[in-house]
Parts: sequence; structure tokens; C-alpha cells
Amino acid sequence: MDYLDQLEAEAIYILREVAGQFDRPALLFSGGKDSICLVHLALKAFRPGKFPFPLVHVDTGHNFQEVLDYRDELADEIGEKLIVRKVEDTILKRNLQDGKGKFPSRNGLQTYTLLDVIEEFEFDACIGGARRDEEKARAKERIFSVRDEFGQWDPKKQRPEIWDIYNGRIDKGENVRVFPISNWTELDVWNYIKREKIVLPAIYFTHKRDCIVTENGQLMNINEFVQLDENDTIVNKNVRYRTVGDMTCTAAVESVAFTVDDIISEIKATKISERGATRMDDRVSEAAMEDRKKGGYF
Amino acid sequence: MKLLRFFTAGSVDDGKSTLIGRLLYDSKSISTDIIETLTKQSKSTGVDTDIDLALLTDGLRAEREQGITIDVAYKYFTTDKRKFIIADTPGHAQYTRNMFTGASNTDLAIILIDARNGVTEQTKRHSIITGTLSIPHILICINKMDLVDYDEEVFEKIKTDYLKFAKPLGLKKVSFLPVSALTGDNVVNSSEKLSWYKGSTLFDFLENIEIEQEDSTKESRFQVQYVIRPQTDELHDYRGYSGSVLSGTFRKGDQISIYPLGSQTTIEKIEKHGIEVNEAHADDPIIIHLSDNLDVSRGSTIVPSNQSIQNDNNIEATICWMDNKSFQNGQKLIFQQNSFTSKAVIKEVIGKINIHSYKYEESDGQIQLNELCKVHIKTAENVSFDSYKHNRKTGAFILINENTNNTVAAGVIL
Repeated sequence: MDYLDQLEAEAIYILREVAGQFDRPALLFSGGKDSICLVHLALKAFRPGKFPFPLVHVDTGHNFQEVLDYRDELADEIGEKLIVRKVEDTILKRNLQDGKGKFPSRNGLQTYTLLDVIEEFEFDACIGGARRDEEKARAKERIFSVRDEFGQWDPKKQRPEIWDIYNGRIDKGENVRVFPISNWTELDVWNYIKREKIVLPAIYFTHKRDCIVTENGQLMNINEFVQLDENDTIVNKNVRYRTVGDMTCTAAVESVAFTVDDIISEIKATKISERGATRMDDRVSEAAMEDRKKGGYF
Repeated sequence: MKLLRFFTAGSVDDGKSTLIGRLLYDSKSISTDIIETLTKQSKSTGVDTDIDLALLTDGLRAEREQGITIDVAYKYFTTDKRKFIIADTPGHAQYTRNMFTGASNTDLAIILIDARNGVTEQTKRHSIITGTLSIPHILICINKMDLVDYDEEVFEKIKTDYLKFAKPLGLKKVSFLPVSALTGDNVVNSSEKLSWYKGSTLFDFLENIEIEQEDSTKESRFQVQYVIRPQTDELHDYRGYSGSVLSGTFRKGDQISIYPLGSQTTIEKIEKHGIEVNEAHADDPIIIHLSDNLDVSRGSTIVPSNQSIQNDNNIEATICWMDNKSFQNGQKLIFQQNSFTSKAVIKEVIGKINIHSYKYEESDGQIQLNELCKVHIKTAENVSFDSYKHNRKTGAFILINENTNNTVAAGVIL
């Protein structure tokens, strides 16, 4: 078996375990390449049957329009249920403070919406596209990651996970986050997209875009949420996105990649990690991701 | 390209995390932004080199604070020849269960020995676990050679000691390698200081060891994970049993038996990724259709009728206890083997493994965290199984505490 076949087989096995073990699972779908791969894997795992779970999108309100369009078209095309819950509504309902500052990110706020939607539908398992190569706290997380009734991850109390035997038993109110592509790297994802000819939103490929350069040298898209000031210089660059998230904390990278093959060559040549290149939210502190996960982040 | 999964184990401070860090660093698998972060952090940990490579795998705040590995960290790197998945497992005895976790489905064990200390209690414990889990390859990395003047005699003595201790363990292929993770000698680059050593570097070893192929002539085993029934107008009668081939080969038209009941029928159709195929091999995720409508559900095991599988509710196994709370007599447990589950109890603790002599000692009926014991388990329903030594897929199980839902033990059927 080729390594991509092995990774694919492992992911399908995990998805079917979720179907077999849980009453009310959900697939967290962001419109990013990792969750698009999850949908592709779910098609392989369950067709000609329906998915045993809906797609759930926590919409920060800071999404790229191309990604939202892609999301709706995909759900429509495969005929699966899509549930969208907006961070905007959570902010109003819970009277939360919206993101502030130059780049008013809602990355932290989406945890509230996620926990609310889990409670609303009583989801007992949430499938996510997180990968262990992304970040060092994620590298420590199990494939079946049990969260308490507050959605919290306790890294010191993880269940041993042995062989391919997944223990998804939980008490009412608790839930399990399941990461079928834990063992995939960014490059594996792209090689898989190439092999399976998976179509992606256009912002993953090179395009011209007006950006400002941050003090870390990152290229930030100009949009209605980012506060421009007199020191900002607007540059028009050929860019693409390596990750797709809240557009106030996701940077673009310079790129001339028109095709998946071009992207694979660029990733092989790059010296900077995926999150290092694109995420402002990890730069807050050394344990930023660990702290967010302990607070219920996916 | 093939995938190789390996894990590293050793005592605290043997330098496991440093070794992995070195392997990734010297093979240019670490991004510059991560190196920058590490360089910054290294200044605050006061390690005597420019960059503390252990920080690369110690991903939790508590690990960085205490300078130890608490939980398994997974790392990935790819060379022109292979993709590698590394499980860096903790050295402390109290975290042995996490080592078991990291080690369980790997092809290779790398056990580190500090050249100054030689074979320790932890080396023995890790080797026994490796043997219990039937890991196909073992590499003993004798580390910190720089601190014993790269002395060949030190290396040879540890090798002799280890082989003497390991003889009764029935380990598969054992190899030895002298390295210094800190200085990088013989990790990715070969070393003049170790010129007496004629073998390969760690990196070459990893790229070239033979990965055991799934034997397609092995006994055929399939377990149902989930029944697919679209119940739509056009697929009204569609009933497919999804799951992965655990071992061997299944073919369209095979006469098969379904356990635990043992009812017989034939395979009408096999689907893989929506396409009908004539046969399917180990690890293939497939959907099987049967000629007759029988009682088949999640956890049912399918075996060709001309082959046999053991079916019993009395099982002898070696287990590793993983719960902080010790085993209580009469404790209600769930036995889980892949997708099969049944209520179970441990009827008898037959013996404990003494890690010095590797002999079973008489038991007082107690099992504490991290202990390896031979037990007699009774399940409520019949289990279809093979001995673990014979089949790693159908001979492995976990025990779950019915009350707390925690995984309290991992076991291999004898």
C-alpha cells in the first residue's frame, strides 16, 4: 500500500468508527482544504448511503466570500445537511465583546458558538480536520479527544489510545472531538488533493490582492474589518492562502502557484511552517493553542 | 512511497526528544520559524547548546516547565524514500501507559540507552513492552557516546549485557547503533569519532529497513464497523457491511462464516470507494454484500468458511494496567476488540511479570498502574479472536471501566 492509501484507509476507518459509536455526530466544516478532504473521505466511507452526520459551519462573519459560496455549492451538490451558526449571533445573544484593535479577530469568540451549537443539537462527537503537524499542542492530542461538558481538553487526563481501537464512551453532556487526518501533513493533504482531483476554493491559488504588510512581514488582506492607519502602505501582490480562516488573522503568502502541482513545489521549497506563515493567533504566546484547546476550541 | 511508523523510548534524560529533534533538524525537516522560536526558548532553559532540540517535541506547557516528556508527541517527516511517523514516548515509569499507546501500532522500536548508565530498569521495561506488542524491529541506540570518549568497548559491553537480558523476550530483529544526539554523531551524518563502527547512520537505517508487508496469504479476517442502508427508493434493498479488511484477502463469491453465530453464506459483492472489485486485501476499507439476509451487525467477524477462528468467552491474555486506580476484584469492564464490544470481568490474575527476571510471579490478585499481568478474562458474549503473536489485529483488545468510561488496560491474547 502506498502511504496515501494508508492515510486514507486510516481516516475512513476512523469515520466509520464515529458512525458506529455515536448517536449524534457532526462534521465541522470550515470550507478549508482539510475539512474539504474530510468530506471527500466521508463520501468514500458512506456512499451510496447518506452521511450519518450533518456538516456544521461556525461562521465567524469574517470569511472570504469564495469560501462561503464553495461551502453552499458543495453541500448542495452532495445533498447533505448543512447547519450554519454565526458568531455574530452569539455576540449579540451573550453580550460578548467583539474583537478589537487593528485586526479584530473572532478566532477566540468562535469557541462560544461552537459550544452553543454542540449543546443545541446535543452533538456527542465532532469530527474536525486538525492535523498533528500543525502545532505542537495538537501533536499531543488523541484521535478521539474526550472533552468534558464545558468542551475542555485536559492534556494530562487523555485516555490511552492503543492500536486502532477507539474508545468513544462518554457520559451525557460530554463530547468527543475526532480528528481522522491527525497523521497527515500539509504536503500529504496537497498530494491527496492532487491524486483525488479535489476542487478547492479559488483563494488557494495565486491571484492579485491588495494587502498591507504587518510588522512581522505578513501580508494581510484589506477588508471591512481591518483598521487601516496612516503608516500602512497598500501593496498589490500575487498571493494565495495556505490556510483559510478568519480573514482578520489569516495572512496570505506570495505565490505564483496556478495549479496543485505548483503549490506542491512551493510547499516543498518553503522554509516556513503553515501556521507560522499564516496565523497571527498562534503568536500570542508559546502555549496559545494549548490554552485555547483547554477552553473548548476544536 | 511507503510509510514507516516508529517510536522512541528510554529512561528520563536518555535524550529521546533530543534525538528526534536532531533527526528532524539535520534532515532539514524543521521550518525556520520553528527554529527561531526554539532558539528563543532555548535561551531561557539554559541548555548549553545554541538550540535545545528537545523543546521541539515537548509541546505542553508542563513539559517545557519541567523539561520532561509527559505524553506521546507525534512528529512527521518525509525523505525521498519514505514518510515517517514518529511517536516520541515518555521515559518516566509513571507514564508507561503512554509509551504503550505510542508503541502499539508501530513497525520499529528505538530504545535509547545512556552509554554511561548501560541497561537500566526502564530499558528492561520498555523491551518487555516491545516484546509483548510484537514490534517487528528493535533498534537499540546507545546515546551520549560523546560522554564516554566514543569508546567502542563501552558500546560492546552494553550490547552484550542487553542481549543477555533480552534473550528470553523473544524479540524479533534487534540492531545496535552508537550515537550522540546532542552533537549529531551518527544520527544523520556519519562520524569520524565513531570510525570503528561500520554500520549505517540512524537516518540510513530508517530509510532502508524492510517494512513487513501485510501478508495477503495470511488468514482472512473482516469485522463490520457500520451497516450502510440508504433506504431510498432506488436503493431500497441495499444493505452493505462497511469495515476494513483486518488481514488476508476476501474475494467475491467466497463462502464465509459470520461469527459469533457461525452462520454461513457467500460474498455477493465487494465495493471499494464506490467501485465494485473482485478482491480486497489487508487494510482496504470496503463494503461487503452478502447473498443472504442474516443477523450481521457492528462487531460481527467474517471469516472464509474453509478457515477457522477461535470463538470463546474465556480468554487468557497479558494486560498492561493503565488506570491510576488499581484493579478491583469484580470490577465491571467492557472488552473492546476493534469494533466488537462485550461486558467482561477479570476472573483471575494468574501472575505478574517481574521485569528483572521476565518470569511470571505469583499474584496477590491486585493489579497496579503500569503493571504487566497474565489474566483470565471472561466475556459476556463469545469473542472471535486469534492469538496476538499470530495476528496483531484480532489478538489485541482494550478494557474499559464501565463506570468511568476510561480505558483501564490494553491486552494481547495469548
